[in-house]
Amino acid sequence: MAVAAVKEYVGVPKDTQDKFHGAQLTFIGWLDHLMFCAPFAVPLPPDMPFGAIIEGVLPGACGHHPDFAKIDWSTVEWTKGGKPFSPDPAKSLTENGMRHKDSITFRTPGLTGIKGSST
Amino acid sequence: MTDIANAPKAATTKKPGLKERYALMTRGLDWETTYQPMEEVFPYATYEGIKIHDWDKWEDPFRLTMDAYWKYQAEKERKLYAIMDAFAQNNGHLGLTDARYLNSLKLFLTGVSPLEYMAHRGFAHVGRQLPGVGARVACQMQSLDELRHAQTQIHSMSNYNKLYDGFHSWRHMHDRVWYLSVPKSFFDDAITAGPFEYMIAIGFSFEYVLTNLLFVPFISGAAYNGDMGAMAFGFSAQSDESRHMTLGLEAIKFMLEQDPDNLPIVQHWIDKWFWRGYRVLTLVAMMLDYMLPKKVMSWKEAWEIYAEENGGALFQDLARYGIRPPLGWQQACDDKEHLSAQAWSTFYQYQGAAPFHTWMPSAEEMDWQSEKYPDSFDEYYRPRFEHWAEQEAAGNRFYNGTLPMLCQVCQIPMLFTEPGDPTRICYRESEHKGETYHTCSDGCKNIFDYEPEKYVQAWLPVQQIYQGNCFGPDADPTAADFNPLLEVIKWYRMNVGVDNSPYEGSRDQQNFQAWKQQTTSNAPAGGSPAGA
Repeated sequence: MAVAAVKEYVGVPKDTQDKFHGAQLTFIGWLDHLMFCAPFAVPLPPDMPFGAIIEGVLPGACGHHPDFAKIDWSTVEWTKGGKPFSPDPAKSLTENGMRHKDSITFRTPGLTGIKGSST
Repeated sequence: MTDIANAPKAATTKKPGLKERYALMTRGLDWETTYQPMEEVFPYATYEGIKIHDWDKWEDPFRLTMDAYWKYQAEKERKLYAIMDAFAQNNGHLGLTDARYLNSLKLFLTGVSPLEYMAHRGFAHVGRQLPGVGARVACQMQSLDELRHAQTQIHSMSNYNKLYDGFHSWRHMHDRVWYLSVPKSFFDDAITAGPFEYMIAIGFSFEYVLTNLLFVPFISGAAYNGDMGAMAFGFSAQSDESRHMTLGLEAIKFMLEQDPDNLPIVQHWIDKWFWRGYRVLTLVAMMLDYMLPKKVMSWKEAWEIYAEENGGALFQDLARYGIRPPLGWQQACDDKEHLSAQAWSTFYQYQGAAPFHTWMPSAEEMDWQSEKYPDSFDEYYRPRFEHWAEQEAAGNRFYNGTLPMLCQVCQIPMLFTEPGDPTRICYRESEHKGETYHTCSDGCKNIFDYEPEKYVQAWLPVQQIYQGNCFGPDADPTAADFNPLLEVIKWYRMNVGVDNSPYEGSRDQQNFQAWKQQTTSNAPAGGSPAGA
């Protein structure tokens, strides 16, 4: 039973990819940095190189945090859907296996927020 | 069945008592339809799987008749409006502890009062659809109560709309603003359920299990902070609320006593609606700990008294029917350490999109937090808030300019942390028909997985903004200087830079200080009322 209803009932999702004008929604969380209260939601072109997230998206989203300038991107650990993920920055989101509404996180070893409080 | 035609003549009998009149109304006036089959007259009575064998077993402990109901309510209204008038005429707002208090009212007016109206609609609907007349009459009265509560709240708070910002477009905002989709989707979920689920959702889980955590904090907060108007509507609603709680409890006991097959269905609804209600209470936690200038008690203390003690006793009582405490109960108890700070952090950083003011707690208020939350505040939240306060003092106040990921079910930004680890966001994921859906907790994931066809349709504000569905008709997305987030705020009908500014330096703050000064000195008139 997918729903309790008096007759046949089909739900129509309101956020399928076709509704985002060519973009796909991506969720990005920076672990140990809860100054940003929740992961970010950003619509991105599927053919955009993954590296553009690091260079183009995250500085605007996270730049306010004093840890952000200290990140050594070569040591950053990524996950996608909770599993380890090794994106190639030169390849597109699609080529990196990212789909609409995928959720990725990154951990920055050695950086754990304001006074180490995970903020 | 009472035979009306053969009843003794009025002149020779004394007037029937209240109990007798109630019995006549709820047992004697009902009938089995013959022109139409009963299942067509009550089309929603069976599809949820609840089995009822004998509606006459319904016991309404209040046994109110309509004439008695009107008499009591009219009396309460007279007293309430006398107090509200006196408060308005005597500039009662100047007796408030501080204008920061008003922001908890803005939260209430935009988030809670519209739910009172939805409860009115919900109980009217259920009152039509339940086949038992005793339950129908009780729901009808509750429906009227809820309409009255919506009205008295609006009347009471309209007094502030003349003088302060952010009170003007609460109804418009309720259907649009990102955080208001939390209470709105909660009630939309309930009202689109069947009549029995609605009774458990609102009548039992919300009115019985959680209502004290909503009303007591707000109304005590009003009393502690000098708001006679809000206090008066709270007291006026109190006797109604106790009737509602009794109705909710009767509804659940009745379902459980009627058929053993009802137990698993009812248990699932309790699990679901406890969790949905608890998530809405996130706003109350933040109000208690951060928004009241003079604090009543901490969220943690309120939770311990009204949930752990009272709720614990309730579920012990229901154990004889086979009911266990709701799933998620333990997590809710553990999260009492973190809920309010996590919520206030969210509103502080998304201040630009909220129609009320936020601020960082003062040094003294942070000490209060440390005292109330010795196991969490200094370790996790003081460093964050002190950093923000420093940044603010340096003219670099933190605003989060990127929209957050939302939970598919409760629609709250994914701000909640893993049970047992307040440093890690809790992520849960489900697949349905090839699409991915994200939830903030086991509680919300369970709700999604049980009825995915319902929740895939969620109108999630962030997704809607990115689809371009949240701009006014005069917005031009092709213009070179198009600012999408500003256009969303205008579509919300927020007075940009006024309703959604930090408290420090706000017009509310300045006016309150100026007006208050005039009451004790010969300072020249100052201040400009909202809308001026």
